[in-house]
Amino acid sequence: MRPAASSSGALVVLVATRKGAFVLESDPAREHFGIRGPILLGHVVHHLMLDPRDGRTLLLAARTGHLGPTVFRSIDRGETWSEAVRPPAFRKAEPGERVRAVDHVFWLEPGHPREPDVWWAGTSPEGLFRSEDGGRHWDPVAGFNDHPRNAEWTRVEATGTPDGPVLHSITLDPRDAKHLYIAMSGTGGGVFETTDGGRDWKPLNAGCRVDFLPDPFPEYGQDPHCVRLHPLAPDLLYQQNHCGIYSMDRREGRWIRIGENMPPEVGDIGFPVTLHPRDPRTVWVFPMDGTDVWPRTSPGGRPAVYVTRDAGRTWMRLDRGLPAEQAWLTVKRQAMSADSHDPVGLYFGTTSGEVWASADEGATWRCIARHLPEIYAIEAAGCAS
Amino acid sequence: MKVRIASPLHSYTNQRDEVEAHGGSIAELLDDLDRRHPGLRFRIVDEQGRLRPHVRIFVNRVAVRSLGTAIGEEDEIHVLQALSGG
Repeated sequence: MRPAASSSGALVVLVATRKGAFVLESDPAREHFGIRGPILLGHVVHHLMLDPRDGRTLLLAARTGHLGPTVFRSIDRGETWSEAVRPPAFRKAEPGERVRAVDHVFWLEPGHPREPDVWWAGTSPEGLFRSEDGGRHWDPVAGFNDHPRNAEWTRVEATGTPDGPVLHSITLDPRDAKHLYIAMSGTGGGVFETTDGGRDWKPLNAGCRVDFLPDPFPEYGQDPHCVRLHPLAPDLLYQQNHCGIYSMDRREGRWIRIGENMPPEVGDIGFPVTLHPRDPRTVWVFPMDGTDVWPRTSPGGRPAVYVTRDAGRTWMRLDRGLPAEQAWLTVKRQAMSADSHDPVGLYFGTTSGEVWASADEGATWRCIARHLPEIYAIEAAGCAS
Repeated sequence: MKVRIASPLHSYTNQRDEVEAHGGSIAELLDDLDRRHPGLRFRIVDEQGRLRPHVRIFVNRVAVRSLGTAIGEEDEIHVLQALSGG
């Protein structure tokens, strides 16, 4: 579950970049955004998350070019930071075992509201970690990291295109703190599910096509780029995959490709998928070019967000205000987010350091920050007042 | 003994580039550094006990990779970082 930004407090847009983090602070009308930062200039920041359970605690996943990975924590909305006492790390390998070391923490997820100090973290190479004290101490989730089939599902090396294999999209069922989904991108990846709080895991990839393996419908090995669950319809999952846009009714347990209804000249390849906080049938994606050598830029150099209002039966192009041509934007899987205002505000960040915003659910767009470092993640969030 | 510390680690050493630490080996020295400057060790040694790829340790200006390298109180230790790429 990813609770949407609160509409009661100040809206902030948290920006994680390759060279530090920034906070864009909005006025109530979402017309003007001030910029605060850089926070931890020069650190490679993969994710910056506000805890929606208190509206003030921030966790930040960082490393530097030289130094190993860690997590920083702020309890004063980012004014001061302290480092985790025990950052996410695999257990020491026994002789003959695979030797794994966290290269970077990629994904931070606040735990279930009934577990107020719990956080989850996904890493590269793929590992799952949990904190029970608000991010100060982290432990490996043995049920996943030491699962008998883990070696089939994950890799040891943190190398690969472009930033290594990652465990991402840690997604909680709002009805049950023990029911989670995760997704992994990389050889052996896919969507996986636990119903016992992480002790056991099973692949959840039926119906999801793979066009880069001999078997187009394997049990696992898919490349999900981003998976989201709708908090108001918690059996409804959406997935932007390497091979298209999918949805699943968990009660049926099968992914249905809904991206085939996108215009063929645009295709249904991309990285983020963003949900409407109140309407489970409304979904936004940012298509990118997945042809031949996979440029991963806006198709034809004409960037657009696409929205469906009917759970993927039809899609509408939203590009008013975006550059009309020669704009080769790339938006990473964590770099698009929605607030919970009415109408919903949307935000996406580009690898070229621009943040684009819409205050009318994508109908019109404007650039609210530019000249930032390469953007890895965007989170719209509501700070406690 | 005196240990020279590179700038990426100065947030752990109260911005000092030279600190005091002791040990009969590099591993013991890093343990002592971590006691005095909590968190420093994990940024330069991974959970499997390996020096991270861009960390360099010099004993009397000679690079060493083994944490088992024996050292003495008179040795000059540098903990440095060397990064490739842009």
